[in-house]
Amino acid sequence: MAKILMKGNEAIAEAAVRAGAVNYFAYPITPQNEVGEYLARRLPEVGGVFLQAESEVAVGNMLFGAASTGKRVFTTSSSPGISLMQEAISYMAGAQLPVVLLNIMRGGPGLGGILPAQSDYFQATKGGGHGDYRLLVLAPSTIQEAVDLTMLAFHLADKYRNPVMIIGDGMIGQMMEPVEFPDSYTEPELPPKTWAATGADGRKPQVVKSLFLDPIALEKNNILLHEKYQAMKREEIRFECYKTAPKNKILLVAYGTMARICQTAIDELEGEGISVGLFRPITCFPFPEEALYAEATKSNIETVLTIEMSMGQMVEDVERVVARQRPVKFFGRTGGIVPSPEEVIQQIKQILASGQPTKVKV
Amino acid sequence: MQSLTTTFTRPEGLQDVVTHYCPGCTHGIIHRLVAEVLDELGVRERTLGVAPVGCSVLAYNYFNTDFLESPHGRAPALATGFKRLRPDMIVFTYQGDGDLASIGMSEIIHAANRGEKFTTIFVNNAIYGMTGGQMAPTTLAGQVATTCPMGRDTGKTGMPIRMCELLSGLVTPAYLERVAVHFPQQIIKAKKAIRRAFQYQIENKCFSLVEVLSTCPTNWGKTPAESTHWVEENLKSYFPLGVYKTPEGAK
Repeated sequence: MAKILMKGNEAIAEAAVRAGAVNYFAYPITPQNEVGEYLARRLPEVGGVFLQAESEVAVGNMLFGAASTGKRVFTTSSSPGISLMQEAISYMAGAQLPVVLLNIMRGGPGLGGILPAQSDYFQATKGGGHGDYRLLVLAPSTIQEAVDLTMLAFHLADKYRNPVMIIGDGMIGQMMEPVEFPDSYTEPELPPKTWAATGADGRKPQVVKSLFLDPIALEKNNILLHEKYQAMKREEIRFECYKTAPKNKILLVAYGTMARICQTAIDELEGEGISVGLFRPITCFPFPEEALYAEATKSNIETVLTIEMSMGQMVEDVERVVARQRPVKFFGRTGGIVPSPEEVIQQIKQILASGQPTKVKV
Repeated sequence: MQSLTTTFTRPEGLQDVVTHYCPGCTHGIIHRLVAEVLDELGVRERTLGVAPVGCSVLAYNYFNTDFLESPHGRAPALATGFKRLRPDMIVFTYQGDGDLASIGMSEIIHAANRGEKFTTIFVNNAIYGMTGGQMAPTTLAGQVATTCPMGRDTGKTGMPIRMCELLSGLVTPAYLERVAVHFPQQIIKAKKAIRRAFQYQIENKCFSLVEVLSTCPTNWGKTPAESTHWVEENLKSYFPLGVYKTPEGAK
């Protein structure tokens, strides 16, 4: 199929439809409103369900009910809205329901702002809701990758019977880029959804729940969930290395839009004869631990520089992985301010000169 | 010799198990009425129940239908999500007064207002049962509860919420009726209302809610017999029984 120019939010919406996810529940919130507006027109065409809920609290719980049918369901929102869904996310993780959630992150905390940010990394990768659970977290850095990962997300949600979250920032949602959809969408076969509630017709009643009052049963469920997360760590790690070379002294670590800006900075520095590489996690959970450790501890690497549109969240995973084998430095902007390639270049040059990044002055 | 025939059996809609409900609690009666209606309408095999958080949190162990166990108050949202994707199935939520009228107020109002085609069985006993007898939004003025030990002070907590009256203010068509189960004649009327509620759903007509005045001898600090009289003398006068709305418009 030929490439078409699409806004990120609309491309993500179309990608979901192409992956057979035609049931969408959401509440309006900037900067992702185009998803709902697109689907309000699109889903009736394909016999799907579009419902604008009364709140994100209701959205999360509608997803719980809808996913229990065994059909593919999803929502999109932005940071404050995702916070309101945490209740249902925890319940769906506990009840092992496949669902896809897209967070087009905006600056926080609180009402924060409406401009791009990456400050929900902790919320997405470390919990957010209560209890021992994980989401599988995907972080696209282009609109095409957002399309590809959205389609993949539904497969992974079904494969692991677990909520999958895609974290994009406002740039991913609002930017327009040429994208290509596959002519026909195929995916590896999945087992039948024998867990779905379809009516106790000729079988015993099926219950979809996260309640286990018996402590032995609850621990058993937690162990089962943990085993799924371990399986994700074995099978679903995704990352990309950009211009990692033996002469590099600095390894950048960044994801999403920030990784693209780093790539531009790397290309410009190359023209000046300065060689820098980038490690870009595509899955934020499972975090690409082994691959990052291998890159960061190569003998030529003197400093690891993590750059985020936050005050430093993923950097804690980077520090954990690098485990003091190399100095891990951080540079970030927040509030909806997207660091420019020039700022990144300045930080890299500063580190090469003094070993330390410069502090942001506002 | 005349042959013996069975005239009273456990409904297909109920599982053959012992419930955890306290002596004198009317959850058992209400469960049975719902199960009998599902049997009589022949829809058990295509029914989904949504259990709340509260005393009936384990309802899924007692009904012989598929079930979802909802977060507190969110049963109408779960029911909405499920029913929208499976309009061919019969969906009901089973919720108490804390679940529906306090933490779940937003979900029930909006589900009713969208005219979601599911049925809500709203069990109102004017108290939080499972957590140990705290004040509910339906606790009567002056009624003693563990979080209003001197009796409910309506000057500080407002008046008890009448859900049928509140929901009947919505313009969207619905079937709303308040019934009780403390005396046999009330039980017969309650079953008729529950049957009518499911019938409207089968006809895909409207949202339906039956509020059932129930008892809580344990947390009211009364015997089961005293409790039935307390419903008659106190609950019923503040929460009048009757049909509050029908999709046809007339009561």
